[in-house]
Amino acid sequence: MDLVKLNIDGKNIEVPKGITIHKAAKSIGIDIPVLCYMELKDLNIENKPGGCRICVVEVEGRRNLAPSCSTNVEEGMVIKTSSLRAMNARRTVLELILSDHPKDCLICAKSGNCDLQDMAIRLGVRKIPGQEFAEMSTYRLDTSPSIIRDMDKCILCRRCETMCNDFQTVGALSAVNRGFQAVIAPAFEMNLEHSSCTYCGQCVAVCPTGALTEVDHTPDVISTLNDPTKTVIVQTAPAVRAALGEEFGLAPGTLVTGKMVNALRRLGFNYVFDTDFAADLTIMEEGTEMLNRLTKFLNGDKDVKLPILTSCCPAWVNFFEHQFPEMQDIPSTARSPQQMFGSIAKTYFADKIGVKREDLVVVSIMPCLAKKYECQREEFSVDGNPDVDFSISTRELAHFIKEANINFMELENEDFDKPMGESSGAAVIFGTTGGVIEAATRTAYEIYTKKELPKIDFEELRGLDGIREATIDIDGFDLKIGIAHGLGNARKLLEDIKAGKSHYHAIEIMACPGGCIGGGGQPLHHGDSKILKARAKAIYKEDANKPIRKSHENPYILELYKEFLGEPMSEKAHHLLHTHYFDKSKKKFQI
Amino acid sequence: MNKIKSLDDLKKMRAQAQTGINVREKSIDPASRVQVKVAMATCGIASGAKEIMDFFIEQLDRRSVEAVVTQTGCMGYCYAEPTIEVTLPGQEPVVFGDVDKKRADQIIEMYIKTGELVDGIIPVNYRTIDK
Amino acid sequence: MSKYKMHLLVCGGTGCRASASDAIVENLKKELNNQGLDESVQVIMTGCFGFCEKGPIVKVVPDNTFYTEVKPSDAKDLVEEHIIKGRKVERLLYKDPVKKVTVSDEEGMSFYKKQLRIALRNCGFINPENIEEYIARDGYMAIGQILSENTPEEVIEIIKASGLRGRGGAGFPTGLKWQLTRQTKSDQKYVVCNADEGDPGAFMDRSILEGDPHSVLEAMAICGYSIGADTGLIYIRAEYPLAISRLLTAIGQAREFGLLGKNILGSGFDFDIELKYGAGAFVCGEETALIHSMEGKRGEPSLKPPFPSVEGYLKKPTNVNNVETLANIPAIILKGHKWFSSIGTEKSKGTKVFALAGKINNVGLIEVPMGTTLREVIYEIGGGIKDGKKFKAVQTGGPSGGCLTEAHLDVPIDYENLLAAGSMMGSGGMIIMDEDNCMVSIAKYFLDFSVEESCGKCSPCRIGNKRLYELLDRITQGKAEFDDLARLKNLSEVIKDTSLCGLGQSSPNPVLSTLQYFREEYEAHIIDHKCPAGECKALMVYSILEEHCVGCTACARACPVGAISGERKLVHSIDQSICIKCGACFDKCKFDAVLVQ
Repeated sequence: MDLVKLNIDGKNIEVPKGITIHKAAKSIGIDIPVLCYMELKDLNIENKPGGCRICVVEVEGRRNLAPSCSTNVEEGMVIKTSSLRAMNARRTVLELILSDHPKDCLICAKSGNCDLQDMAIRLGVRKIPGQEFAEMSTYRLDTSPSIIRDMDKCILCRRCETMCNDFQTVGALSAVNRGFQAVIAPAFEMNLEHSSCTYCGQCVAVCPTGALTEVDHTPDVISTLNDPTKTVIVQTAPAVRAALGEEFGLAPGTLVTGKMVNALRRLGFNYVFDTDFAADLTIMEEGTEMLNRLTKFLNGDKDVKLPILTSCCPAWVNFFEHQFPEMQDIPSTARSPQQMFGSIAKTYFADKIGVKREDLVVVSIMPCLAKKYECQREEFSVDGNPDVDFSISTRELAHFIKEANINFMELENEDFDKPMGESSGAAVIFGTTGGVIEAATRTAYEIYTKKELPKIDFEELRGLDGIREATIDIDGFDLKIGIAHGLGNARKLLEDIKAGKSHYHAIEIMACPGGCIGGGGQPLHHGDSKILKARAKAIYKEDANKPIRKSHENPYILELYKEFLGEPMSEKAHHLLHTHYFDKSKKKFQI
Repeated sequence: MNKIKSLDDLKKMRAQAQTGINVREKSIDPASRVQVKVAMATCGIASGAKEIMDFFIEQLDRRSVEAVVTQTGCMGYCYAEPTIEVTLPGQEPVVFGDVDKKRADQIIEMYIKTGELVDGIIPVNYRTIDK
Repeated sequence: MSKYKMHLLVCGGTGCRASASDAIVENLKKELNNQGLDESVQVIMTGCFGFCEKGPIVKVVPDNTFYTEVKPSDAKDLVEEHIIKGRKVERLLYKDPVKKVTVSDEEGMSFYKKQLRIALRNCGFINPENIEEYIARDGYMAIGQILSENTPEEVIEIIKASGLRGRGGAGFPTGLKWQLTRQTKSDQKYVVCNADEGDPGAFMDRSILEGDPHSVLEAMAICGYSIGADTGLIYIRAEYPLAISRLLTAIGQAREFGLLGKNILGSGFDFDIELKYGAGAFVCGEETALIHSMEGKRGEPSLKPPFPSVEGYLKKPTNVNNVETLANIPAIILKGHKWFSSIGTEKSKGTKVFALAGKINNVGLIEVPMGTTLREVIYEIGGGIKDGKKFKAVQTGGPSGGCLTEAHLDVPIDYENLLAAGSMMGSGGMIIMDEDNCMVSIAKYFLDFSVEESCGKCSPCRIGNKRLYELLDRITQGKAEFDDLARLKNLSEVIKDTSLCGLGQSSPNPVLSTLQYFREEYEAHIIDHKCPAGECKALMVYSILEEHCVGCTACARACPVGAISGERKLVHSIDQSICIKCGACFDKCKFDAVLVQ
């Protein structure tokens, strides 16, 4: 590796060629503040517009200050990160940014979790010169089913744009207008709801301020819980338990399943169930659908659609409805676990406990913002009554717990209620990239071969590479599996399928980086990919610790089929657990 | 038009073009034609150069003056648009500024027909690379 | 043919007119009449000769005698000596102060012609829609010559040796830029012509494209040959429809003649050009923003490196040159780098086109050798300040430049000198201001432009310029405090120091230069609440001088807001709380009774 010698703040150092001044400084313990810059290592996500100009440093011999986040080191550079000139510039620039930012931190959704607030604290800004005469840029508030855009709080860091365009290739958000009126918005400044937004929430996950936040459904949940005529049940997605602890100061990757169940009971939910139960159900349906298609294919049916694509991720479903409507018949028709849960809860379970559908309220706790939109889809309701009434994010749950005076850290572990709280390890790993397909493979293998898996863990399906592939030997048949997380990666696989170049039999797609563990509703990672890795590790640990690790061995699932559904893919199952897709590409243009 | 296929072709083409233009511009033959160039850049057009050009084409024809009227680019005299350049056979070109129809009429009647100068002359105040 | 045997051309430029050229004409006519020569000698008043320093000028045609500093009383001698006796009037001939020789005819006087047209050599001369006229003027000879005689490296050496620097603003050496692009290895390279002219008041690029489009096409082909590109793109703003139409015509003709396309002049070199249209954003003149815009992305700059020479259009090595820069190329090839580098100053070679605007008599497009002084440009070529007012400042470099004062009038214009004086070359806008211009308002005007044209990508430019504008606005309203001057300076310096691209790095220049050279004017606004130039409306006070007012009521009737009261034949008064300072009363009063302060 080529090395470069330079001097930072009086220290002579040698660092690899091609790294930035910011990273070089960091390597010797000098932490130059950055604001717009964000990097998710291992995921190939980098936002480097060099736009905020907070990280400027003095480079000897240069006319202007250099942005350290995006200026590479050069041989012989002499850099001052905290000279009077650099510090004055940094402060002045921050004052400028603050001069065009609302000062309602006390009541801002991001308060306490805001990078701009942190910067103001760090630089000790106490006064913004000329604020009383400064015009503020304003923009209309835009509320969609999942995401709220409050552009008055936008500092144009462009992180959301990087996620939406470069990583997700959705292209819903980009900078429009110029100068002081510049703003991040969908094309033609239409509302997000009318754009091609998938509600993946990655924009929200990276927004440094309160400009992009989720629609908060906690107040609805609180009123429902206080309505004596309602029976309220809650389901928790697998990725929530691996991240919720972070909101209470626990290290990333700390599993808090038991405390979470306890907290939910204390919040007043009548039944605390697990989305994992529905994940096992998904495997039964989706796995069967996959096996059916494969069997047809092996029997020489030329019309069978392969590869089969997973359909658990609502942002992914939105994505192909918008961008690849002609490929609607490729994904599995299985509903997502959230919706399977709602559907079963409001039929099978409601009957079981003798509660009328309209008196049963299903709340989901999700790492995801697209789930808010998904549960509002018309096809997932019966006579206007949705299968899942409210979906709140991991972050909203944490706030709710705090607001309800629950000392989360002191809670005893408790278990989920039965029957819909029981799940296998295969269901837990739905929370991370590769997990759904691994769970499906475990079941498909045993059902197809009628033999027990020699080894339950499919290490070859795990990891954080954006696109991965593996070939699994199923009794002499080579099952070719593709995995993508991030919609940009998904797009590549879809383009291949469209071009007839895809050689996979099955593909798993999750919209968010790392899968649901990196979902738009999770505690903010602030650009630290170590957090995502720790969450993934926790998920696999939970799986390993489960007594049952294959979906088809979940006794309550077997009971559900026996008592209620009959067979996987039965007519009843079809009605309750499968869905159909829509062409959203020609959505009418609306502002 | 046949393509120019070599440098020699281009030189021939140049010689041909120069003769053509010389005939038009600098012919010693007093009977040969007068040339009127109208500065037709955006600025000139905005100040009415198009109308002036039409005026010259129409009026020179009507008054039976043998002349070629062509367009050219900006002469740089924004303060005096529209500007035109008139070359009488055998003489140095003369630039007239602020040419409206009245002045255009004078230019035809006096300068072009009799060689009598009219107001609005802009002296050449620059050098160029040919000189 | 003409009944006149002789013509006397009297300079009627504003400068000479002030020195009585009207009287000269009158006297000459009188003398000719006395001598009975009025039928054979014509006296005519002309436009400016551009030698105002030695005006008034009288030129005799056809012998081209050039008289300087002529007085009305010289008419007699001119007629009797020159016209009747055919003897030149020695004392009125120009005497070279250095060589001590007397110059009598215009040819010998050519030095007074401060302008030298290289980039504009064909503008206003050829028909831009006729390729043959361009060819007649040695058009396409430069590309022909290099294709048959020079390697690409040699061409780059010629351009480097000529000392040509970018005419779009920053003055980067053109040959070096070509060399850097040549050095980058790639299967595809591009030549881009930056025709996104955006400085307010500058239009030389448009004029060149409209008047001599082929010179730009030829230069692009030369560049393509030198750097190894077969594709040229002209990024032109859509609001230049005539330039676009002439370019399209020119490209069509060049293709038809085989001067663009495959195997140009049998050399095996392929080169073709297409147009890309911009929407007229100022920032798209910045080369990275321009490239993004061409790619269909948002027109905003990105960090350099990577430079376009390494990673440009569609990530391929791209050489971006401005129109005026390119227009110089064929002339350099044909006349040689030595010829070109003999013109100009040590570090700035050749000529520069300027667009003169503002309070100057000869508003227009000029081209002068580098090193010409501002005084020569303003007083000789520009014919001096309008209405005989006093010169106050000249703004060069558009919104990125600064204001220079009387003290800079003798500074030779080149890249370095303008920078050192706190301004810059920019693309060649030159706005002249007189005593009636308020320098705070001027700075505000340019800031308004920068605020409007900032792309919004980086915070100092997006928010900082807005705040600068607000501060300046407060000063012109008389609402600012003394500390605001320090804020204005700090903010300006930080914006310059931290902005991402040239727009923000230079947008505070008008503020900093006026603050430096006209600080007392700022202070007058803040401390005395007065605008010395009388331009800032909010600071004007209209009052009625009791001793002059006759009570005619004209002012009261003219006042649109009813701020003036008073009985007929009694002294009137203006209610300051109602007055909107429109000046109607001042215009109406016949007795000089309305006082403006």
